Amino acid sequence: MRLFRNVMLLGLMLSMLSVSMAAAGMRLRCASTTSTQNSGLFEYLLPIVETETGIKVDVVAVGTGAALEIGKRGDADVLFVHAKDDELRLVKDGWFVNRHDVMYNDFVIVGPPHDPAGISGLTSATGAFGKMSVAEAPFISRGDNSGTNKKELKIWKEAGINPEDGKWYLEVGQGMGKTLRIASEKQAYTLTDRGTWLALKDQEKLDLRIMVEGDNMLFNQYGVMAVSPKRQPHVKHAEAMKFINFLISEKGQKAIGGFRDSHGNQLFHPDAE
Amino acid sequence: MNEIFLSFEKAFHLIISLDRDLLGIIFLSLYVSGAAIVIASIAGIISAYGLSFKEFPGKGVTISVLNTFMGLPPVVVGLFLYLMLSRRGPFGFMGLLYTPPAMIIAQTVLAFPIITAMSYLSITSVRPNIRLAALGLGATEMQASMAVVKNARYGIISSVMAGLGRVMAEVGAVLIVGGNIAGYTRVMTTTIALEYDKGNFDLAIALGIILLLIALGINSALFFFQGRTYR
Repeated sequence: MRLFRNVMLLGLMLSMLSVSMAAAGMRLRCASTTSTQNSGLFEYLLPIVETETGIKVDVVAVGTGAALEIGKRGDADVLFVHAKDDELRLVKDGWFVNRHDVMYNDFVIVGPPHDPAGISGLTSATGAFGKMSVAEAPFISRGDNSGTNKKELKIWKEAGINPEDGKWYLEVGQGMGKTLRIASEKQAYTLTDRGTWLALKDQEKLDLRIMVEGDNMLFNQYGVMAVSPKRQPHVKHAEAMKFINFLISEKGQKAIGGFRDSHGNQLFHPDAE
Repeated sequence: MNEIFLSFEKAFHLIISLDRDLLGIIFLSLYVSGAAIVIASIAGIISAYGLSFKEFPGKGVTISVLNTFMGLPPVVVGLFLYLMLSRRGPFGFMGLLYTPPAMIIAQTVLAFPIITAMSYLSITSVRPNIRLAALGLGATEMQASMAVVKNARYGIISSVMAGLGRVMAEVGAVLIVGGNIAGYTRVMTTTIALEYDKGNFDLAIALGIILLLIALGINSALFFFQGRTYR
């Protein structure tokens, strides 16, 4: 009898399994970044997308490097990321199609209030990075191939510095929130997107201040693009296009501009053409 | 310290408010871990039985490999399965990546070596006397083997509990193959990791407390069940 009951239980489990697999057919899969997810944007935006387009979007939030790879492998239908140079290159190489600018926020350089490298108020990101390397002030790098990490490496490159030689340069390989926490604990500088910074600084009482902001180099452009249906015939291209078209429509742009974090800050500025 | 008390308070509020999202997450955790444990237990106990009573070449190596796999890093299992289930992988055509079944597969892989190796250990540790006694009383080979397994049942139940503990607490593998999709593949542990990322420490701990309470409930139920069969 017990064996019979156990077999019944197993059968029940398997039937539930097939039900959940069937449900998977109705969904659009979007690979995106942790910074976007942690800001709370998707929780706000996806219900609006579903009402307007009838599409249920599943977001897999990983680092930008992983998101691009997941898209290339065809494990997502659409990408919502912030590494414009890489995005344009991959579109050119035929992996993705129909890329559009969607919104932007910006990066800021934050550091300890006593500012050991003396960069507070500088207007040039490369200049600030130069001063930090001369002062050998501790700097925390994401070191995870994320969009923020790519931006940071680009600034070092422009400044003509190879930071990886320095003992003051620490790669932590973690998300933005964790990196900010580590920077605060170690009283180090770091590069962060403004969204995560605004969301975390009050809540966590981070012992850091904004040092440098407003440089054109610190601009953080978010884009959306569909996985090429030629490379990956199985992707849900029609739904992906519907999603993209909504995001760049007037309605979608207005929705993005209306998003506020729990402290009432506007984190993303819509800028689709 | 204050934060910890706050977390307990928050956990209490979460439990009494019976938040729908939270219930969905708890249900999915139980479903994924439960299904994985059922599959891993059936396969594991049968394998342990085979290992205990059958002789075959390479048996020693098999047992060493099983013992090693008890310590499989979940992230490695997750990444390996990701490559298998990815569209460009050999099983990509099944479309299982970022679905609950993919998470069940990952947890089954993690639990199977634990259940097999520990069940094997408990069966072999009762073998000599009981088996000989049963054979001496005129039992067939099969009946004698079943008598041994019956006497090893507490050890086998413990192995299933150890497997369940491993998969309920596991985060690395389900995060990679499940993708932590809200309302679809988000379970207790990945929610805790996400809330930590967001900086909601008290909520993360509160969810941890609920997870522990569920584990306590399951263990108590099994202890009760085990006690009854003993008497």
